[in-house]
Amino acid sequence: MKSIARIFSTVAALLTLSACAAPLSTLDPAGPSATAISTLWWVMFWSSVVIFILMMAVLTTIWLRPGLARTVRPGKWIIYGGLAVPGALLTVLVGFALYTGERLLAHPIEDAPPRISAHGVMWQWQFSYPELGDVGPTRVLHIPAGQPVDILVTSGDVVHSFWVPRLAGKIDAIPGHENVVRIQADRPGSYQGVCAEFCGNGHTRMLFQVEAHEPELYANAVREAAQ
Amino acid sequence: MTDLTPETPSPIRLHKQLERIWGTGPGLQRLAAVNHTVIGKRFMITAFVFFAIGGLLAMLIRAQLATPNAAFVGPELYNQLFSMHGTVMMFLFAIPMLEGLAIYLLPKMLGARDLAFPRLTAYGYWCYLFGGTIIVVSMLFGVAPDSGWFMYTPLSSQPYTPGINADIWLLGVTFVEISAVSAAIEITVTILKLRAPGMSLNRMPLFAWYMLVTALMMVFGFPPLILGSILLELERAFGLPFFDPERGGDPLLWQHLFWLFGHPEVYIIFLPAAGAISTMIPVFAQRKIVGYHAIIAAIVALAFLSFGLWVHHMFTVGIPHLALAFFSAASAIVAIPTAVQIFAWLATLAHGRPRFDIPMLYIFGFFVVFVIGGLTGVMLAMVPFNQQAHDSYFVVAHLHYVLVGGFVFPMLAAVYFWLPHITGRQSVHRISVPAFWLIFIGFNLTFFLMHLTGLMGMPRRIYTYPSNFGWDWLNLLSSVGGFILTMGFALFAVDLILQFRFGRHFRRNIWKASTLDWAMPTRPTSYAFASLPKIEERADGIDPDRLGAELAAGKGYLGFARNNRMETLAVDMTTGRLEHLVVLPNATYLPLLSAGLTGSVVLCTLFKLYIGAIVFAIATVSSFFLWSRTTGLTTDSGPVPVGNGEFVPPDVEVDGSTPWWAMVFALSANGTLFASLIFGALYLWLVAPAWPPAEIADPGFWLWLAPVAMIVSSIVARWATGINRQGGNFAPALFAIVIIDGLTIVLISLALSALPDPTAHAHIATVAAILGYGWLHAAGGFCFALNGLMKARGGYVSARRSLPLRLSVLWHDYTAVTGVIGALLIGAMPMLIGMLEGVR
Repeated sequence: MKSIARIFSTVAALLTLSACAAPLSTLDPAGPSATAISTLWWVMFWSSVVIFILMMAVLTTIWLRPGLARTVRPGKWIIYGGLAVPGALLTVLVGFALYTGERLLAHPIEDAPPRISAHGVMWQWQFSYPELGDVGPTRVLHIPAGQPVDILVTSGDVVHSFWVPRLAGKIDAIPGHENVVRIQADRPGSYQGVCAEFCGNGHTRMLFQVEAHEPELYANAVREAAQ
Repeated sequence: MTDLTPETPSPIRLHKQLERIWGTGPGLQRLAAVNHTVIGKRFMITAFVFFAIGGLLAMLIRAQLATPNAAFVGPELYNQLFSMHGTVMMFLFAIPMLEGLAIYLLPKMLGARDLAFPRLTAYGYWCYLFGGTIIVVSMLFGVAPDSGWFMYTPLSSQPYTPGINADIWLLGVTFVEISAVSAAIEITVTILKLRAPGMSLNRMPLFAWYMLVTALMMVFGFPPLILGSILLELERAFGLPFFDPERGGDPLLWQHLFWLFGHPEVYIIFLPAAGAISTMIPVFAQRKIVGYHAIIAAIVALAFLSFGLWVHHMFTVGIPHLALAFFSAASAIVAIPTAVQIFAWLATLAHGRPRFDIPMLYIFGFFVVFVIGGLTGVMLAMVPFNQQAHDSYFVVAHLHYVLVGGFVFPMLAAVYFWLPHITGRQSVHRISVPAFWLIFIGFNLTFFLMHLTGLMGMPRRIYTYPSNFGWDWLNLLSSVGGFILTMGFALFAVDLILQFRFGRHFRRNIWKASTLDWAMPTRPTSYAFASLPKIEERADGIDPDRLGAELAAGKGYLGFARNNRMETLAVDMTTGRLEHLVVLPNATYLPLLSAGLTGSVVLCTLFKLYIGAIVFAIATVSSFFLWSRTTGLTTDSGPVPVGNGEFVPPDVEVDGSTPWWAMVFALSANGTLFASLIFGALYLWLVAPAWPPAEIADPGFWLWLAPVAMIVSSIVARWATGINRQGGNFAPALFAIVIIDGLTIVLISLALSALPDPTAHAHIATVAAILGYGWLHAAGGFCFALNGLMKARGGYVSARRSLPLRLSVLWHDYTAVTGVIGALLIGAMPMLIGMLEGVR
């Protein structure tokens, strides 16, 4: 048992280690939304590892110890393996995921978060700041750190997708529609963003930077960048 | 017609007589083949060729991604590579492969001599070959589709993809889809009607159940994509703005239509493979399958569920969370019927005496790979996680685990299992085992790591990446794995050639299987069974060795050759009671001709030679009249002997013959297409930007006359069959239909010409599309009435033989119903648009 635990912790450490070096890693969250999703991932990952090992154990038992496998009646295989166990697990998982998802939505909150517009055109992002006197557009997305920010995502031509993996999940920029995603960077710093929906020859180049500033420095940073 | 059962000659003579009737001629006569064994093999071989092409494209992709900042290919070429890889694997490998397997196996498993519509099988094959060739050849000219296999608009629309690339996808794939839908209809009707007497539904082998469900899913799953492709091509070629957000269209409509097809597609691919597993596992476990009824319930549930999941491909497009919750839960629930099947298979192995062979090795590979794919599938069904993983390499990993695990591994098992059936030679296993391990290890090395690559943020469809994102070692190992996988497949190909060349001949039923497909000589003869069995137990528990010898000796039904006709039997759908005699059409070049003409329509449309397209379309329809010309009988025969002392009527004298049912399913597919069109019209009204339109389409009172004419036509069609049933002269009624349908065409043309410019707004474009749909159906009714007249002149219609008239009734009823619905929607549009401010 001890050795298994050691293997598990080594795997987790390796995964996290390699993830840390990656500026686009969802496993190295830097905000509440990405953290919640990463928790959901680790829960699902370890449950899946257990389920997979159990399945392989069953398969091996059938092959190597046929007598043992035969003690479970045929109907029970289907009722437990096919219906009861997956049914119970899935109900719990779906509930947990919906609860997580609901918390990440851009619900109205007491201190209305700043709203920033992200407009995707082939093949760059343009960020503007209607609440700061409509300055912009800037090529780098500037946000205040430590508080939620709502990004209004639109497109000027084809479908793009706004994704800053360390901060939150992605949302598509669809021509004719306006979508909102709430992001938050816990600490000031630079975060990498990328277009996640295939948008033609320049799709690969459609990267962008997110700069999170101390809240009191935010407005000035935007004005400076816009010049 | 004699009342005496023809005598059964000696087995050798019987073989020679039947072979002369059913066989395909040598040399160029091979082009006239309609035989299911021949065409099934052609489908599978062609699919494997496309698989090799798709694999080669994948290798180029892996070569480019092996190192950061690679300059092997640029984005223009890379976009073609991945678009073509997906398109080829989905449309030109997976679907045709499963069709080929079904075409080859189904009649043999059901105890019939061929499929219900041999000429349609051949037509489907040629359409597939021509369509696939158009798509693949486009690569050689550097104009292959480059907007992804999912063709999201507006990227695939005219302004952003001005070249011919997207048109090749839309027209080529639609061409292949037509082949797939016709195969689906044929498979459905064959399973429901052409079974051995006594094989009730609950005695059918599981493979037939799986294929029945799959084929029905294709009938209802493919039309949304066909409609979407037609609408997008109309937008690209003529500027009708269905998907243009600035003119009242919506790019999301394309995504809905695409995934309405795309998700069922995944199960359409998985189910036949699962059917093959359900057939092979009992053989190697040496016991009957556990949970026969549970499996049937599971796959029916899976089929229904799979149509309610499509939105899980669209979790990031901005649909409200509550709606996503529904699709998320449905996507998780779908794991349950899958788990039921997996545990039924495990229980079969647990309660049997499993023995090892190469197919079992691949089934082991299936278990490992598919379980991982299922687990990541449940993860992706969770909305928040999906919003991180969507469009990242995590999804690439997941979909390959599901499709390779759920389709390729089972198919490789199936190849090793049925290859002796096809070649008549025993396997030599020397290099099968190393080939398997190369494939298994190579696959997992390539794709398992991609889960992590995706979690580390690598988006799909980028042609290169900088070195500082931490993806270098993962991509390099994936590429190494990809080349190991390729070596495995190369070894597999060599292995197959060796089996063909050096395998030893064997007598019968090499695996000790207990399904009907082994109760025949292997290699199979063209007529499959020298005489047809009577089934008295579940058809996955028969003894092929005993039964095969009896059938070869002509001791079953139809153990004789009669009038140079290809005869087989049809049964009652549910009970399997012997119902009628089916006379199938002999080998002919007509399918090749019709497919060539259809291909010319596609090519002309591709190069915008619309006059030519219309000419060839008329020629295609005319060629179908040639199909119909000599089908049927010119005299009433009454019940004829079919052996075992039994007498049944021929197909032309019964109500529910196979063409009638084919028409029912064809109209079901057509109805799904129409429903998708109505969905599209209402969706745009409710959701699309840039509404209300500046101008409202009002086709005037012509619009209201058209459905009235359609109803009248449908009443007259019924009247014509009534007259015929009483032996009267129905020709004047058919003439009346021809005239009314001609009038309907004129009325709808007037309504169309009264419309404002349909390129101005999607509202007008959808009205035009609905009118166009009605126009085509009036024209179709015109053809059915003409066909009735032609058949009557040839003496093929009598009070008993009324099929041409009844087909015409079905068509006209359908036209009238859709015509009324379409007219009501068009008529209600001005009011609906007036309500917009309230509902949005």
